[in-house]
Amino acid sequence: MARVLMKGTEAIAEAAVQAGCKYFFGYPITPQNEIPEYMSARLPAIGGAYVQAESEVAAINMVMGGGATGTKIMTTSSSPGISLMSEGLSYIAGCEIPAVVVNVMRGGPGLGGILPAQGDYFQATKGGGNGDYRLLVLAPSTLQEAVDLTQLAFDLALTYRNPVMILADGFMGQMMEAVEISEHKSEGIPDVTPWALGNKDKREKRSVLRSLYLDPEKLEKHNMDLKAKYDAMQKEVRFEEYCTEDAEYLIAAFGTTARIARSAIANLRDEGVKVGMIRPVTLYPFPKERIRQLSEKARHVLVVEMNTGQMLEDVQAAVCDRAPVSFYGRCGGISPSVKEIEEKLRELL
Amino acid sequence: MKETRIYERPKAWMKDVHTHYCPGCGHGITHRLLCEVIDELEIKDKTIGIAPVGCAAMMYDYVDTDYCEAAHGRAPALATGLKRTRPDRVVFTYQGDGDLASIGMAEIVHAANRGEKFTTIFINNAIYGMTGGQMAPTTLIGQKATTCPYGRDPELAGYPMRMCELLSTLETPAYIERVTVAEPKYVIAAKKAIKKAFQYQIEGKGYSFVEVLSNCPTNWGMQPVQSFKWTLETMVPYYPLGVYKDFE
Repeated sequence: MARVLMKGTEAIAEAAVQAGCKYFFGYPITPQNEIPEYMSARLPAIGGAYVQAESEVAAINMVMGGGATGTKIMTTSSSPGISLMSEGLSYIAGCEIPAVVVNVMRGGPGLGGILPAQGDYFQATKGGGNGDYRLLVLAPSTLQEAVDLTQLAFDLALTYRNPVMILADGFMGQMMEAVEISEHKSEGIPDVTPWALGNKDKREKRSVLRSLYLDPEKLEKHNMDLKAKYDAMQKEVRFEEYCTEDAEYLIAAFGTTARIARSAIANLRDEGVKVGMIRPVTLYPFPKERIRQLSEKARHVLVVEMNTGQMLEDVQAAVCDRAPVSFYGRCGGISPSVKEIEEKLRELL
Repeated sequence: MKETRIYERPKAWMKDVHTHYCPGCGHGITHRLLCEVIDELEIKDKTIGIAPVGCAAMMYDYVDTDYCEAAHGRAPALATGLKRTRPDRVVFTYQGDGDLASIGMAEIVHAANRGEKFTTIFINNAIYGMTGGQMAPTTLIGQKATTCPYGRDPELAGYPMRMCELLSTLETPAYIERVTVAEPKYVIAAKKAIKKAFQYQIEGKGYSFVEVLSNCPTNWGMQPVQSFKWTLETMVPYYPLGVYKDFE
């Protein structure tokens, strides 16, 4: 397929279709409504189904049911809607069911606003729902990356039998860029027949997907098995570096904020400031080892986000006391400007 | 001429297991009816159950089909996702009154209204069983529960909700019937209803819903025999048995 100019939300939707997703369960919420709208028109034509759920609570449980048959399933929402889905995400993780969930983040807390923000970093990477579980969290910074990560998300979900979240801010959803969306064939994905429901006639034993273990020894074992899986997921860590070879000052940013920081770095480099950036692409697993390495030669680390300091805590944990860590954030639907990032960094020189 | 009938354990019943249900509980009877229907329709290998919350949370230990567990109230949404992706399978949910008529009211109404092609067995025993006897949406006026120790007062908690009547106001559902397992003659009728509900699903007629008036001797504080007498004398007058909606 040739490169076409597309809106982020529609690019994510078509990328999912091209990855083999034929079922979508969703509920309207701004700023991601183009995705369910697109799917409601697209999926019936390819023999799939779009169901408009009565709530995000229902939508995520439809996703759980669809994922339980080993089918590629997606839902999308925005911040307050993801809060309602958090119960379901905990069950999906506990029952080890593959699913892809996109959060086009808006400002919070509560109803907040409808403009872009990155205030759901904690919710995505630290839980949201109850119990010991993890989501794989992918944070695109361009629309092409949003397309590629959406397609990758289906493979990761099936490989690890785990929910995968695309954490995109409202800019990613609403901006337009040229993207190329190709048909994506999942290769090397384990066969779902041994566990996926509805295949009892193809295997010797039935399959029961559950997170309920009243026997404490069994529940502890279940938690330990999940932990082993999350440990294995660490190898999926992905990040991008920009001008880090000789960087004395290190910026850490994800998503749209990293694009803004990139412009600030180019300007500061023109002034002779040796500044570079690490941009985590996977927020879980987090590139803590690489951040630790980079911080060893850094005079100062600056974390920039569209929130009041969330990824900051993971960066601080990775850096430890190897370098001072500062923060600059804007929120409420306001993004840090190139100039603001430059000024903040000059203060640290 | 003499007719010989073999009364045997259903094939869909898990081998060598005994339920954890209290003596005299209607869950055991209803599970058996479900198994007999699965046997008679020969659908054991293509049936997917949704295990609920509450006393029947571990029904997968007794009824031998594929299963997915559901969070409280969410079984109809989960079943929607299952059936939409595998329309060639037979999908059932099995929910109690707290699960279906309280926390899951939105999910059951909307799944029924979309006409999702699965079957719901709704166990109404007018109380929360597993959590220890709290007031349910279906608890009767004057009935005592641990959260209405002086009896349900309509001034405080409203009147008990009738789910068959409520759902039958919807245009879409194919089949809605209320039965009971409180006496053998009613048990036979209950089985017929469950079988018909599954048949409607298999024939693609639409959403089917069977409410089973049951009991809870433990939390009602009654002997099993006395409890089923209470089901018939107190519950049935408020929750009339019968067909509320039929496709045909």
